[in-house]
Amino acid sequence: MAEVRRHRNGPVTYALRLAVVAYLVLLIGWPLALVGTHAFENGTEAIRGIFEDPDMVAALRLTAVAAVVATAINTVFGVAVSLLLVRNEFPGKRVLSALIDLPLSVSPIVVGLALVLVYGGRDGWFGPTLESAGIEVIFSTPGIVMATAFVALPLVIREVVPVLKEVGTEQEQAARSLGASGWQTFWRITLPSIKWAVVYGVVLTLARSLGEFGAVKVVSGNVLGETRTATLAVEEKYLNFDQEGAYAIAFLLASVSVLAILIVSVLRAIGARQATR
Amino acid sequence: MSIEVSGVNKKYGDFVALENIDLTLPTGQLTALLGPSGGGKTTLLRIIAGLEEADSGRVVIEGTDATRLPVQKRNVGFVFQHYAAFKHMSVARNVAFGLEIRKTPKAEVRRRVGELLELVHLSQFADRLPSQLSGGQRQRMALARALAVEPSVLLLDEPFGALDAKVRKELRDWLRRLHDEVHVTTVFVTHDQEEAMEVADEIVVVNQGRVEQVGTPDQLYDEPANDFVMGFLGEVTRLGPVRLRPHDIEVAVTPGSAGALEGTVTRLLRVGFEVRLTVQPDASPTAGGNGGGPEPVSVVLSRAHARSLDLELGSRVWLTPAVGAATVPAMVAV
Repeated sequence: MAEVRRHRNGPVTYALRLAVVAYLVLLIGWPLALVGTHAFENGTEAIRGIFEDPDMVAALRLTAVAAVVATAINTVFGVAVSLLLVRNEFPGKRVLSALIDLPLSVSPIVVGLALVLVYGGRDGWFGPTLESAGIEVIFSTPGIVMATAFVALPLVIREVVPVLKEVGTEQEQAARSLGASGWQTFWRITLPSIKWAVVYGVVLTLARSLGEFGAVKVVSGNVLGETRTATLAVEEKYLNFDQEGAYAIAFLLASVSVLAILIVSVLRAIGARQATR
Repeated sequence: MSIEVSGVNKKYGDFVALENIDLTLPTGQLTALLGPSGGGKTTLLRIIAGLEEADSGRVVIEGTDATRLPVQKRNVGFVFQHYAAFKHMSVARNVAFGLEIRKTPKAEVRRRVGELLELVHLSQFADRLPSQLSGGQRQRMALARALAVEPSVLLLDEPFGALDAKVRKELRDWLRRLHDEVHVTTVFVTHDQEEAMEVADEIVVVNQGRVEQVGTPDQLYDEPANDFVMGFLGEVTRLGPVRLRPHDIEVAVTPGSAGALEGTVTRLLRVGFEVRLTVQPDASPTAGGNGGGPEPVSVVLSRAHARSLDLELGSRVWLTPAVGAATVPAMVAV
């Protein structure tokens, strides 16, 4: 501690701080603020315009539905895979763990193309079979959900795995010895002890899902009012010189994400306080 | 008989953790599984609990074959070295856990939890979280939690191992008193021979995956079955052809009894009420030295006795085993 205190007021510290603040402002703060000011250039007119346009409302709704469904899938899958990775030893575990990180490193547009290759209605590997069964994946909502779930896949797992490792298995063993079944142990002991990690994971996944663009663009078909999501609408409006409309939707998307991050930081603070109590 | 273990084997890869264990523990007793770390005692306890599965052999608890029963059906109470407290639940909810799982009526749960918290002296902490308790309090909470389900056997895995010396001692006495009150068949694992001798009715010495000896603390101390048990239960020294406890050696300052080992005091250390001597025996064919002369003998006597003999560094002494001393033949050095 003394070490930290001695350096606190040095000129180097101030310079470093200034650099970090400048960097963040120039790269993130200022541009995002400009999105806000542009959206409200003519008062609330642009925002109202969005909500009065049924196609835009459909786009926002589609984005919300896709994000919520993808988050729900990723949460259940993420908790299950985390348990598998932490509590079990099996051949190929490291490969699986590496595969889970893949969606973060692969470009979303590649993800979209890959999904089309497998589920494409006309010449996909699996698509025609589904199509004949009446299930349309590509150019439809299921495809959008899949693409969204794919790109946001690791977020829950990466939050939950370290916490699971840290809490260990003793509490679960104790619960079992007191007569709890596997299911009861999961609900009463395991889940409450990883609760905060799951919450962070969910919020991050939701924020990421709302903003997904590349993968969705490839698989959605971008049909106005049907498969056009909010992010695609932003691009469309921007390219059609409806800058005000583009900024308005962009502002809505950005504010949801900022809200999500705010919620996470508040939850983290609460979680940390509970942990130290 | 409350717990019967027969023919239990357990291997971890090539490492033999338990080898053909046969053990019978009577109902209502407080038994210690005593042995060095890695000797297999915790594995044995976990196999009895059902937290670990034996490769072969049988475990019978209260007359029921429990070999294939999962841990939640064995009705055992298990207390972990590091408490395994449910961190997100209050002390009262921790204790109530087993009862709630068993769908006990709410009023009944409240009554039982109240009783148990009384028993472990934690009544005023009922609404605290485990993280707000000290280590000793957490372990008492864990004990109450295990007792809540009225287990047929109570198993404790190094229950005081994570506590500091003073709290350990208090909890040890407290566990003994608790057992005299509750009378549940209890097995606890420890590597501390003093703890085992002080608390247990019966001690099972486990080493390298085998049971070395079973007996009361006195039996083990006075009639150790072998060198290992003798060495593990207390200090041992070698006097001529036998090994015995340092306080079981008679010291004389004049040659008297036949067969006494003659030597010189080379070290004299006073610790509290006792005096520890190191005696270098004179080289003689009967002492059986291996080239470098006979090995030194440790002797412990009371301070008063040492003073009456007027011992000091360089004194000539004659050593004989005390009458009735527990001895085992010394292993012949090769």
